[in-house]
Amino acid sequence: MNVVVCVKQIPDPAQPGQLDPGSKTLKREGKLILDDSDAYGVEMALLLAEKAGGGEVTLVSMAPNGETSGLRTALAMGAAKAILVSDDSLAGTDALGTAKVLAAAIKRAEPDLIVAATESTDGYTGTLPVQVAEILGLPSVTFAKSVDVADGKVKVNRQTEAGYDEVECPLPALITVTAGVVEPRYPSFKGIMAARSKPVEQLTVADLGLSADQVGAAGARQEVVDVTAAEERKAGEVITDEGDAHERVVAFLDQLKLI
Amino acid sequence: MATDKIWVLIDTTEGKPSSGGLELLTAARQFGSVVEAVVWGESSEAAAGPAGAHGAARLLVLGDLGGGLAGPAVSSALAARISGGEGPDVILAPSSYECRDIIGRLSVKIDRPVLANIVGLAKEGDGLVTEHGIFGGTQIAKARFTGEGPGLFIVRPKTFAAEESGGGPAEVAQLSAGEAGATAGAKLIARHVEEREGPSLDEAPVVVSGGRGLGAAENYAMIEELAKLLNGAAGASRAIVDAGWVPYSHQVGQTGKTVKPTVYIACGISGATQHMVGMKGAKNIIAINKDAEAPIFSIADLGVVGDVHKVLPKLIDAIKAKK
Repeated sequence: MNVVVCVKQIPDPAQPGQLDPGSKTLKREGKLILDDSDAYGVEMALLLAEKAGGGEVTLVSMAPNGETSGLRTALAMGAAKAILVSDDSLAGTDALGTAKVLAAAIKRAEPDLIVAATESTDGYTGTLPVQVAEILGLPSVTFAKSVDVADGKVKVNRQTEAGYDEVECPLPALITVTAGVVEPRYPSFKGIMAARSKPVEQLTVADLGLSADQVGAAGARQEVVDVTAAEERKAGEVITDEGDAHERVVAFLDQLKLI
Repeated sequence: MATDKIWVLIDTTEGKPSSGGLELLTAARQFGSVVEAVVWGESSEAAAGPAGAHGAARLLVLGDLGGGLAGPAVSSALAARISGGEGPDVILAPSSYECRDIIGRLSVKIDRPVLANIVGLAKEGDGLVTEHGIFGGTQIAKARFTGEGPGLFIVRPKTFAAEESGGGPAEVAQLSAGEAGATAGAKLIARHVEEREGPSLDEAPVVVSGGRGLGAAENYAMIEELAKLLNGAAGASRAIVDAGWVPYSHQVGQTGKTVKPTVYIACGISGATQHMVGMKGAKNIIAINKDAEAPIFSIADLGVVGDVHKVLPKLIDAIKAKK
């Protein structure tokens, strides 16, 4: 079974982010890392491919400047290869444009299953995976808590407001996985060494047969008009527990008539 | 982009509309003159009463989905209505599991982009301007669509307060099913409702949340016990959800739920920006954390620098004693 995992390489969330002063979009030009949310998708894909007894896990990503550091992390976990779409004309692409690019790249890998996170840690748009499925004409099951593949079908327990739904879907299909569904493996030293020589195919917008007006800032039909500081909440009283701090908490709750 | 005619997508449970949907109906009344609610699934027609009371003139219904998922079915029906010339200027949807599927698919079908994760929405000029929390909610980015409509907006719950308009039941109109083809391949086999004691996270007056400072998964029981004692709901930071200690449904924060309870009690949570985005709208915040430098203290009304393993058991006992 061939599995494609959509992975996003993002600026390190632990570092302060920066906006491009012109377009007011997130600067993504420095070193990028594998989005934590995607590590679960990579692990899930590896487990499913192993269980199916064959097939490859291919990563698909779009990033500026031919950035591959995040991809190498996922390759070190065990993915076989990667497709990276990197093109100057992609700067400022909106989520729908990104979905068009990724869908075109994913098609080349002819996957049985596409795995993505529910949303990225830097953009949080959360519509991209389903847009990719729609462009490819595939069914999708989002917010998977558990996933199993058997008899040409993917069986998913899907998170709902009230609990979960059991959903069954014929392959090929796309799924999104929530964090915590599996425990992402740490790349071994051997994995890290092997990742260095794994193939990363670099593609441009033209390679994918897309026209320039579908992507980039030119293709985006939304703009950021302003960025301002959010209203800040002020700190209240901070006390140090000397064994009786719980009394203060009780008094606070009591005053709100919650006890 | 005009805002005259607005569709509001509303999830329903046994005919009862979600609060996120009613909040958006309330907002839609201010932006446009024709507000139509869109619902789907068995017995969703029952939403005509509450939807009308919150400002919907009409309820567009796609009934029983025959075991299919909402995403492909509802998006195809809406795309068909739009291509039939009955489309709106604006489509508003709460960030729910199903609405995200519907809007994502619809955006491709009608080739319109989506503005998602919206925390504020206002009419400026002849269009809508959205607000999005960025960099952990420390800054607000305002955005708008530049192309032709309809604009697709996914709004975080609790962005608006639901208020009744005094209107009668909405007029019910059936949506015709569209062509979903292979995209409709996923089928619902069974629904599982997890028994929940007490209120849900987004409706609870008290939310008690635990984070990595709890040290081990089994200590989350203290969070659940305290939440139960206070008739509240138990939440969690992303860190312990990622670690597999508690299910994703408990997660409070950017990638989880937004809560605005009367009081939020953060236990062993340092206050990553990702978490604070989801809870800083609480009326009161109490934080217990052993690290005096933890960012959570910068927004807490009462901060306790202490070990949750010591403070929580005493707090639980003291509340039990008072009851």
